[in-house]
Amino acid sequence: MGEHASEESGPSGLEGRPSGVAGFVNCDETVERLYYYLDGELTEERRVEITRHLDLCGPCVDAFGFEAELRKVIANRCRDHVPQALLDRVARAIEDEGARPGG
Amino acid sequence: MADQADFSSLAMEYMPALYSAALRMTRNPSDAEDLVQETYLKAYRAFGGFEAGTNLKAWLYRILTNTYINTYRAKKRRPEIADVEDVEDLYLYRHLGADQASGLGRSAEDEALDRFTDEDVKAAIESLPDTFRMAVLLADVEGFSYKEIAEITDVPIGTVMSRIHRGRKALQKALYEFGSDRGLVGAAGDGR
Repeated sequence: MGEHASEESGPSGLEGRPSGVAGFVNCDETVERLYYYLDGELTEERRVEITRHLDLCGPCVDAFGFEAELRKVIANRCRDHVPQALLDRVARAIEDEGARPGG
Repeated sequence: MADQADFSSLAMEYMPALYSAALRMTRNPSDAEDLVQETYLKAYRAFGGFEAGTNLKAWLYRILTNTYINTYRAKKRRPEIADVEDVEDLYLYRHLGADQASGLGRSAEDEALDRFTDEDVKAAIESLPDTFRMAVLLADVEGFSYKEIAEITDVPIGTVMSRIHRGRKALQKALYEFGSDRGLVGAAGDGR
């Protein structure tokens, strides 16, 4: 998975740089944190590190963009129409429950 | 303390989300309707103990999830193991990318996503084992935070993260397999 930086020789300027130094993260570390980043669950410091890497690395931006798009696809394609009968049924059940003595 | 008289006006708006989750969990419209009705009845009865101003949607999901686990999952107990150890990060991205001739431009993978139908995505989610399925539903479909999911499913946050991560891998693999079976993705694609 380290192929991003080597494929894109240059723009990120990360090759050969020891990871974890001076706030620089490499492609592997970036992909490892992809979900935490997209989920908004990184510390501010980590988020800035990843953003800095993404500013310079096209392949990682593409991968992140794909995962973000996939997330949208999953959320949007999982909606279902609620049957009117169910709405009526639940409303009636709550009404009945509320009308019960002590309910 | 919440007033029971306010229950319907506050809680009913979440029914579409709860119904979809119930469908994915039970994989069956009739069970899903029963599960949603039971959830609303339990919520109504317990509403006096709901702290007004806190997260009502998460509270309803907690009831839905517990009811599902206690009632429906017990009905068909079968060991469900998803082996995702061999599924690499960015599985779908890399596989869709590998299917395309090189040089098609950076949105080839994104375009491939558009070919998945609602039914593909639903079926892929429904093919996941229970714990992964719930984690993915709560995180990716409903957008709950790790902390909220930990509270809804009553497991430590580390377990939640592991389930979401593994669930997403399993989902990507399932999506790719559904897509391949239907000829939506695969080596035959010419990129359009």
